[in-house]
Amino acid sequence: MTDKKAIISVNNLVKHYGEFKAVQGLSFEVYENEIFGLLGPNGAGKTTTLEIIETLREKTSGEVLVDGLNVDSDANAIKQIIGVQLQAAGYYPNLNLVELLELFAGLYGVNVTPMEMLAKVNLQDKAKAKYKELSGGQKQRFSIATTLINSPKIVFLDEPTTGLDPQARRNLWDLISEIRNNGTTVVITTHYMDEAEQLCDRVAFVEAGKIIALDTPDQLIDNLIAGGFERKKEVKAANLEDVFINLTGKAWRE
Amino acid sequence: MKDNIEDNKANSPLESLPMHRKAVGYNHTKATLALAKASFRSITRSPSAVIFTLAFPLIFIIVFGFIGGGGIKLDVAVAPGSDLQNPVIAALEKTGIIRLTKNDTQENIDKNLEKGAYDALISVEKNPNGLPAYFTNVKYTSASLTNGNVLKSVLNDLAHQLNTVNQKPTVTEIRATTITGRLHRTIDFILPGQLGFSLLSTGVFGTAFIFFALRQNLVIKRFFATPVRRSSIVLGEAIARIGFALLGALFIIIIGHFAFNFTLINGVVTVINMIVLATIGIIVFMGFGFVVSGLAKSESTIPPISNIITLPQFLLSGTFFSINAFPTWLQPISRALPLTYLNDAMRKVAFEGANLWDVKQQILIMVVWGIGIYAIAVKTFKWE
Repeated sequence: MTDKKAIISVNNLVKHYGEFKAVQGLSFEVYENEIFGLLGPNGAGKTTTLEIIETLREKTSGEVLVDGLNVDSDANAIKQIIGVQLQAAGYYPNLNLVELLELFAGLYGVNVTPMEMLAKVNLQDKAKAKYKELSGGQKQRFSIATTLINSPKIVFLDEPTTGLDPQARRNLWDLISEIRNNGTTVVITTHYMDEAEQLCDRVAFVEAGKIIALDTPDQLIDNLIAGGFERKKEVKAANLEDVFINLTGKAWRE
Repeated sequence: MKDNIEDNKANSPLESLPMHRKAVGYNHTKATLALAKASFRSITRSPSAVIFTLAFPLIFIIVFGFIGGGGIKLDVAVAPGSDLQNPVIAALEKTGIIRLTKNDTQENIDKNLEKGAYDALISVEKNPNGLPAYFTNVKYTSASLTNGNVLKSVLNDLAHQLNTVNQKPTVTEIRATTITGRLHRTIDFILPGQLGFSLLSTGVFGTAFIFFALRQNLVIKRFFATPVRRSSIVLGEAIARIGFALLGALFIIIIGHFAFNFTLINGVVTVINMIVLATIGIIVFMGFGFVVSGLAKSESTIPPISNIITLPQFLLSGTFFSINAFPTWLQPISRALPLTYLNDAMRKVAFEGANLWDVKQQILIMVVWGIGIYAIAVKTFKWE
């Protein structure tokens, strides 16, 4: 991260649902070609913030620029340069993966070879399968494939690893890192701090509609330690997940 | 995986160039057609769509096609011990509307007369005293009075003919002639009704289910994250559903025509007129589907709401019986329903050879229904 050119800038973003203030003056920037994590408990306003940037939701006030385009005036231009994975989104019924990708290619107005898109997420074997028939990890990988169809500049992933087993989770981390390495900016939300620590270049902690911390995972940990924090339990050189992966192997289980 | 990464790296600078041009020239037609294609594929794989659009109507057509071939048939048992070699029996056999059963037992005949499975029992005996040559005894059954009355007039007619053989009429001779009309088969009534029913269920159930499912499973939300327009989503879905319904209609008409002699008075022109009517019908019925998808709170409430719309029309719009057969208090309700006018127009076009201008009144009423229902649909339809 030497250049640090902002590709998303959110300035004083506010979103009210009637009386409920979901987002209360958020400001942050996402740099080009980084994995940016939005972390925080349920209901903190992560998904709302993402959906406003994705032009899926109206904001109450504030300014959001995506690659220099304003969400108020250039929503359609923004849609063409972003890829969006929604939490718990389904797909058109009765179609197989290849047909779904053809549909999305049409929706984005691009020409892609569905099998190449499936190869990117290692789902070639499932080309003729229906989305419903996939395992949790496969579903998420397919969702990510649909976000890559329009060769987007930014990909948004809303809790992509929730409910996955450790192997599938690690596979997805690899995939997400690859996407970043290919020059795409990734914005991700997650509840898993180990995931954020390993995957994200920078993270923002959102609590009750406000950002309460924003930095690299390393720096945030260092800051905490510098403040005199100590873990109650003695830190071991490995954790239980390491044991799990070590015992069951890293191979894909699907 | 490694190879892919390098491939993409090599490609991405090249790919980013056309992408900016695309921002200007996004093709809404392409998006609409992609949706239409996806939806059409999905419909053809949906068991309920295929059953409602094709299977049910075809089953009804086949059933009515076979039973409705030759108008009324009378089942008459010939009593055991009856004389069989006489002009009365011979004449009865020649009428073509009477099925004589000659070798049944008395016990069986009595049972079936009670049930109305036989319409009457007949026995002919030679008159040993000369003239008249034969006595014909008929026993009718209260279980089948209508058919009994038909038989009565057939027998009177026959007796008169037989009795006047070789005799000059004393007072007058009635010289009746019948104009040879077009044979109106049951299929000519049933098929248009089934076509209407097929269009109604495809329009209402199909549209309601798919838009509810797309909304509920956030499929539409995911679509909204692409540059596609809302109008493209509705239009693409409509193209697929209309296309499927019309193919179904064409299939039903062709089967009806070639397998059951459904009358297409002006051939291909009639078929084209029927397809135009079917298009108007399916568009109106899809309006109901949009309303249902908006009103339904859960997937399980879609069938009851849809049935409230389709069942009364199915029963009251002249799908199976002419609405003239309904009691007078019911007829105004029948005459308020859009399917009544679609059925009516279809029959006029197919059997009477009417053109679309001749059925303008029916079309107008359907269009009024369409305007009304889409006005409601705009208010009730939910995207999210």
